[in-house]
Amino acid sequence: MAIKRLITALGVTLAALIAGGQTASAEVKIGAVLSVTGPASFLGDPEKKTLEMYVEEINAKGGVNGQKLQLIVYDDGAKPSEALTFAKRLVDEDKIVAMVGGSTTGSTLAMIPVFEEAQIPFISLAGAIQIIQPVRKWVFKTPHTDTMACEKIFGDLNRRNLKTIAIISGADAFGKSMRDQCVAVAPKAGITIVHEETYGPSDTDMTPQLTNIKGKADVQAVINTGFGQGPAIVTRNYRQLDIKLPFYQSHGVASKQFISLAGPAAEGVRLPAAALLVADKLPANDRQKPVVVSYKNTYEQKSGQPVSTFGGHAYDGLMILIEAAKRAGSWDKAKVRDEIEKTKDFVGTGGIVNMSPTDHLGLDLTAFRMLEIKDGDWTLVP
Amino acid sequence: MNVRVLLNSRLMAIVAVAGIAAVLPAFFPSAYYYRVAALVFVFALAAIGLNLLMGFAGQVSLGHAGFIGIGAYAVAVGPTHFGLPPWLSFVAGAALSAIVAFLVGRPILRLKGHYLAVATLGFGVLLSIVFTNEAKLTGGPDGMSVPHLVLFGWAARGSETWYWISAVSFMIGAALALNLLDSPAGRALRAIHDSEVAARMLGIDVARMKLTVFVISAVYASIAGSYLALFNGLITPEVSGFLRSIELVAMVVLGGMGSIMGSLVGSAILVVLPQALTFLHDYEHMALGLILMGVLIFLRGGVVPSVAAMFARRRP
Repeated sequence: MAIKRLITALGVTLAALIAGGQTASAEVKIGAVLSVTGPASFLGDPEKKTLEMYVEEINAKGGVNGQKLQLIVYDDGAKPSEALTFAKRLVDEDKIVAMVGGSTTGSTLAMIPVFEEAQIPFISLAGAIQIIQPVRKWVFKTPHTDTMACEKIFGDLNRRNLKTIAIISGADAFGKSMRDQCVAVAPKAGITIVHEETYGPSDTDMTPQLTNIKGKADVQAVINTGFGQGPAIVTRNYRQLDIKLPFYQSHGVASKQFISLAGPAAEGVRLPAAALLVADKLPANDRQKPVVVSYKNTYEQKSGQPVSTFGGHAYDGLMILIEAAKRAGSWDKAKVRDEIEKTKDFVGTGGIVNMSPTDHLGLDLTAFRMLEIKDGDWTLVP
Repeated sequence: MNVRVLLNSRLMAIVAVAGIAAVLPAFFPSAYYYRVAALVFVFALAAIGLNLLMGFAGQVSLGHAGFIGIGAYAVAVGPTHFGLPPWLSFVAGAALSAIVAFLVGRPILRLKGHYLAVATLGFGVLLSIVFTNEAKLTGGPDGMSVPHLVLFGWAARGSETWYWISAVSFMIGAALALNLLDSPAGRALRAIHDSEVAARMLGIDVARMKLTVFVISAVYASIAGSYLALFNGLITPEVSGFLRSIELVAMVVLGGMGSIMGSLVGSAILVVLPQALTFLHDYEHMALGLILMGVLIFLRGGVVPSVAAMFARRRP
């Protein structure tokens, strides 16, 4: 009998714990599964803070369509299997009307079937193009893709009349993915990749690879795709070897940390990045300027941390959803979805969004700005 | 019925779990609960295998998620790249895990203690790197999708279906493990756990026994991995990562080393608690850590053996 009582007690406790998170209310529930902890916390943490501060602000102004919002955030620890469990929970238990988030591509891809089946609008904050290609009825995303970064660099190369390049790529997930995308779109841009080198994510010296590149007579410019400390070392080695060719980095190093790691060697390096990074330097007539400056100030004031483009993606996702719900005039899932798809001329931190039934991202190359590092700071390349 | 008899008579425990598993869905308000329960059974299956290795043969493995990865990627890569039916990929994955375990186990099981732990850790990390970097085959860090398991024209999909598949598989896995432990081989294993020197003196081929149980535990992990992949419909290298290996070890230790039902309890704790603690928001991980520490301090032998001992003391 004793064991029976024990099991009952355990069961009751667990049920109470699970039920504890839910309170009955007339609020509209918006779900988010983010990688707040774990290896992708640099994405999930600013995303969570952003969603929380803006939902609070919207509620303070009386909510949307006469209803206040309730944000339900779960942390998947960058594990797609957990993300899938939480997605089921949001649909079955919490009964959300819309979903913002999925920090990583893996988590997003794992959750897509759940929201497609439940017919709930899902705005992902992850990078990969597979999320929106092929187009899925209920799935959207806000961040630009690696392909667009490649195209932006190639566009700049063409303007400088440079046609043959070398790529040096890190063997990390980001570096490899972007390298593949660049190789794929190079022919379309009229760029020829004449030489390729790779390095390991934890390598501390890339002079041998760069010496190889220096020895190739037909290379006119060099692109480095990678994430973390690798690109900073490549940049230092590049200057140590006194290579004079124009040098491009990816949007993966678009943080002040890169400049401080690479030091004076970073002078003259160009890279594509979101407008948010140069919020203060945008010309006054730039349409994105008011949005990015306001987001930057709000985020930095409330969280006490420097702004990141990842939090910006969450801002864009939430605002696209809110605008759509306002246009729909209700929180009916199908109507909200239709309105998200009709998003036109939405000015977000990531760019100006124009969605259509065949494009559930809606960004073009103007989403990226070409930056050059001068005197230890970003400057816009006109 | 006397609790002691119930806990002692081994197969009774399985019957009891089967009873609970059959009745439990009556209390499930939605498919989400089926999913969580199915995950408990899937990870319990992997934990049983590791428990045979750790709790009985006394060998540590910090790389067992590597075998979960082999099983998981087998059912993804087999149908996608080689046109194999999912069930055949499933079997091939288990066979591949056994072969890999055999080849790897021969040299590394000669190591002891920390050295063995580090060698298995290295093995797990290595597999994880392979899954991440062989992007053409595995889809790289973003993973790849897994087709549904189709048997005789019937597709296994949905949380409820997988609840029953994983529950029944767990019972079979537990019964086989208990059966093994009651055989001469099982007694030899326990002898190795207590003292390798004494076991060798008794004429037990220690190296062979260790290798056998390592292969068996790899097959358990591989099957659990295949289930997980088929159930989720997507697989990423995270499944074979170092943290998953540690999680498996934690399941075995929490539930109780050397207790097959302990594997189920350990898995239940680590799968259900993170779900139950979400209402704590930012303090979730702290609470989880505190609970795990509490269990290890107050139920030192693991949940099942400690609770069983408590009941045994109370009823002389």
